[in-house]
Amino acid sequence: MSKPETVALKTKALQFRKKILETLEAAGSGHPGGSLSAVEIFVVLYGLVMAHRPNEPRWEDRDRLIISKGHITPVTYVALSGFGYFPEEELSTFRKFGSRLQGHVHHKVPGVEFNTGSLGHGLSYSNGVAMAAKMKNKGFKVYCLMGDGEIQEGSVWEAAMSAAHYKLNNVCAIVDYNKVQENGLVSEIKGLEPLAQKWSSFGWNVIEVDGHDIQSLIQAFEAFKTVENKPTVIIAHTLKGKGVPFMELKSAWHGKAPNKEQLADALKVLY
Amino acid sequence: MERKPVPTRDGFGEQLAVLGKNNPSVVVVSADLEDATRAEYFKKACPERFFTLGIAEQDMIGMAAGLASENFIAVTNSFAVFLTNRAYDQIRMDVCYNNLNVKLIATHAGVTVGEDGASAQCLEDLAIMRVLPNMRVICPVDTLEARKAADAIIAQSGPFYVRLSRSPLPVVTEEDSPFIVGKANMMCDGKDAAIIACGSMVSEALDAARVLQGQNIHVRVVNMHTIKPLDTEMILDCARTTGAVVTAEEHQLAGGLGSAVAEVLVRNYPVPVEMVGVDDSFGQTGTPEQLLQHYRLKSVDIVAAVRKVIARKKS
Repeated sequence: MSKPETVALKTKALQFRKKILETLEAAGSGHPGGSLSAVEIFVVLYGLVMAHRPNEPRWEDRDRLIISKGHITPVTYVALSGFGYFPEEELSTFRKFGSRLQGHVHHKVPGVEFNTGSLGHGLSYSNGVAMAAKMKNKGFKVYCLMGDGEIQEGSVWEAAMSAAHYKLNNVCAIVDYNKVQENGLVSEIKGLEPLAQKWSSFGWNVIEVDGHDIQSLIQAFEAFKTVENKPTVIIAHTLKGKGVPFMELKSAWHGKAPNKEQLADALKVLY
Repeated sequence: MERKPVPTRDGFGEQLAVLGKNNPSVVVVSADLEDATRAEYFKKACPERFFTLGIAEQDMIGMAAGLASENFIAVTNSFAVFLTNRAYDQIRMDVCYNNLNVKLIATHAGVTVGEDGASAQCLEDLAIMRVLPNMRVICPVDTLEARKAADAIIAQSGPFYVRLSRSPLPVVTEEDSPFIVGKANMMCDGKDAAIIACGSMVSEALDAARVLQGQNIHVRVVNMHTIKPLDTEMILDCARTTGAVVTAEEHQLAGGLGSAVAEVLVRNYPVPVEMVGVDDSFGQTGTPEQLLQHYRLKSVDIVAAVRKVIARKKS
């Protein structure tokens, strides 16, 4: 991977973070923490890894990204508009009555595959899509983005068993391991460790990366594409609220939008 | 011309296998009860399009949704208790909110499951399925109608819930009887009252009608095989023609067919209504016949309800 492309993606990530904060302030509600932690994952997937056509969102051979943590609409919509799926101006309608930019992801938005918002649904669905790809001899990949708190849901582990049993090597789960859930630290509420071993013992190929390091993410996704006979999970170590120091690792910013003053403060320190 | 009673799961399962042979888009996702639900007939006919996920109903629904999103007709199956209650969030979100082409085939509905007892006897499925937007709810009356229901739900896109029986049900329709989703069938006509029933209770209603005939009371019996979308025209015609309605279902009184019929009547044409069903109770172990008697789901109970509703009409 050439350095300039990595730099360009980094620039995009910073632009997306700014837009996420502005979009949340305009909406007056929403989920900053888990959006900011997943920015690089979106930038790398849509910017480099996934085959997709913004002007043809339902292109049959596209790689699919399933947003299982359906509350991270700020980053989802900012990324989709940023990559050309719909005009950026529409972001001002986010969470407003009559807008297709619903509070949780909805497939009426170009680029969104599947409505979610109740946690623990995306992986089973992704397995179904991946199974369909195998039956139709299609080569597309299915990426499923989940939260760390989300995988406390038992349904995730039902799906984890199925993907391994059916050897769905076209499934790539991504855990946005930002360490914080609604009411505090994941480790204190109900810890996930040893997380890599859990997935590994379920029969998955496990890759752990710094989820804010673009080069590492690219390498992880490239490695996934070469795996035969088993699904892959990328455990992306991230920081909830990444980029705004006063939001980082603060569960208070899981589901609260910044007001005008907080937005101004955030943009001053955004990195 | 007495015919042998057959469980509705049998007719449905056989027809699903035929449909699978004829249509390569049909896939079945299972949760280790395919022997009991008769989805195993499909498995034998089309093994390459049959997937079991073990005992994991939530996963079954989610995976079916994924397959449906890629243009497969995804058929799931389990006992009604597990399919609806265990996977309700997946049914609501993955199937209904996403409006995907997933079919829910639920067997072992009602108290006639028998000896397995309350944990296996689903009495709330019609209620919790019919409140979901985009869901359609079918309860075939006999094995012949179950075959036609299989044809219909495969032919029509979108979510369907089909309620089937484990215990044998009398065959009360003919090979050439019509079956149209959302269009109820009148089994016999009468002017004094109308019995609107579904599934196993239709044959009890027909028995009740014969008893009442001997007492010079003439009732209409309607097979309301589609609980949603409801045939409101037929319900209103029953009310206008007879002025008294009895509903009958092997299900809780709350939220099921009786409630659905009452919702139509109170808003459009209020007439006295009596409801036969299970009154806010779990089932228990027993033979199907003992349980039907205990929970007042027999023709004699329908006869009593008809007498009561006619008395209310006259008062």
